[in-house]
Amino acid sequence: MRFMMFMYPEIEEEDWEPTAEDVGAMSRYNEELRKAGMLLALDGLHPPGDGASVSFDGDNEATVTDGPFTEAKEVVGGYWLIQARSKEEAVEWASRCPGRNCRIEVRRVQELEDFPDDVREAAEGA
Amino acid sequence: MSDAATGRAIEAVWRIESARLVAGLARMVRDVGLAEDLAQDALVAALERWPRSGVPDNPGAWLMATAKNRAIDLARRNKTLERKQEELARDVGLRMALERSEFEAAADEEVGDDLLALIFTCCHPLLSREARVALTLRLLGGLTTPEIASAFLVKEPTIAQRLVRAKRTLRDAGVPFEVPRGDELDARLPSVLEVIYLVFNEGYAASAGEDWIRPALCEEALRLGRILAALAPGEPEAHGLIALLEIQASRTAARLGPGGEPVLLLDQDRSRWDPLLIGRGLAALERAERARGPLGPYGLQAAIAACHARAREPGETDWVRIAALYDALAQIAPSPIVELNRAVALGMAFGPEAGLELLDAISAEPALRGYHLLPSVRGDLLEKLGRREEAAAEFERAAALTENARERELLSRRAGACRRAQGGG
Repeated sequence: MRFMMFMYPEIEEEDWEPTAEDVGAMSRYNEELRKAGMLLALDGLHPPGDGASVSFDGDNEATVTDGPFTEAKEVVGGYWLIQARSKEEAVEWASRCPGRNCRIEVRRVQELEDFPDDVREAAEGA
Repeated sequence: MSDAATGRAIEAVWRIESARLVAGLARMVRDVGLAEDLAQDALVAALERWPRSGVPDNPGAWLMATAKNRAIDLARRNKTLERKQEELARDVGLRMALERSEFEAAADEEVGDDLLALIFTCCHPLLSREARVALTLRLLGGLTTPEIASAFLVKEPTIAQRLVRAKRTLRDAGVPFEVPRGDELDARLPSVLEVIYLVFNEGYAASAGEDWIRPALCEEALRLGRILAALAPGEPEAHGLIALLEIQASRTAARLGPGGEPVLLLDQDRSRWDPLLIGRGLAALERAERARGPLGPYGLQAAIAACHARAREPGETDWVRIAALYDALAQIAPSPIVELNRAVALGMAFGPEAGLELLDAISAEPALRGYHLLPSVRGDLLEKLGRREEAAAEFERAAALTENARERELLSRRAGACRRAQGGG
């Protein structure tokens, strides 16, 4: 099974620039994940100020808002996609991250088998 | 944390740490069986201690320290008993090794070397193929004996015995715990690759075993293949194998129909191929191509799989390249099955006559006698040439040979269609 580990920095956007030391520790961690054969993909994201937000109302009407965003809310700073044998294993890996002032959310990736038959048929007919 | 939750957390730690633990201990005690026993003792200690104390910050180091202490105790106790001289010498050596290494944390490179040595030891050519597979799943995958037994539909005591015998064989032969170098590495790598490939295929082809374990076996093989490629980056076939596995795994969702029947590669819904795994497979293939020497058998099969993966539709498939790759594969790893596939590729690349010509040349092969794909491929090529009556006879022959009911149905239908078309002129 696959798990997404979303990293939420709990610091101000302007403080997102990491130190060389932090980057070194994170690289070693990523390398450890890779050498354990678990790592499928990973990326770090630019701060949300450079991004945009597309929101939909109940009628699928899209509204685009460019950053920076005034309202304070949790934003994703990066992610790892890993293969693990259980949620506990994914959580154990997340616990080993050399992060500081951040939160990692561990979420299992949905697979087609997780859905009821009608949803699967709709997906297959696409 | 509840006891059940702590239990699951300990199991997770064990899965992550056990291979490294056994590998590190095996380097010291020079015996994978003893190393596994010591690691198991440490696990038992963790199961007793951690529910009360909580999981320590560095659980791997805790397990290693506990296992080493246990080894030192064992060596001391054994010394007081009356035993053969050589065993005594071994224990003294063991104690010295343990005491020396007690305060040295192993460097990353050493951990990697230990793991690689463990992979090569589990896959030692002295052991039978079944023993290699079981020992690898046990010591590198951290699978339990019942898990291995259900994967291969074999009784638990059989697997347990297989494991005990394998460990004894390694000990009795005095197999050194090390990564082979130079020519010996080249000679022993295929045995490692074969084990990983077998584990993958057992999960993928589902010839036996319970449903829940199959995806787990495929994932385990992928994990082992990635570890091997990371630990032995100079070996083109390590990259070739993982490239092949990643690309094959990318088709998992598309390879079975709604009723569980196999869907042929060219009939698969390509939108259901996993682009992440394809990307990983193509990247691994590139590493195999960049490494020293030409592609080996796994690399070539990966390159063939990559031709399919790159084609957005079946019509875009580069059959000329596939035929050339099968030709190269037939040179270094000749087999009737490779020839059969080469005939298909030739038929697609250069027309049905080219495929038929090769089929005629190999049809006397004893290995292909009774193999339903031979008449099935022949029928396909004959049908394309408009020789429908001959095609119908081949499809009927193939239908009689296959053991798969769905396939038989499909082949009979194709035979019927040929006969009708023939009858209609």
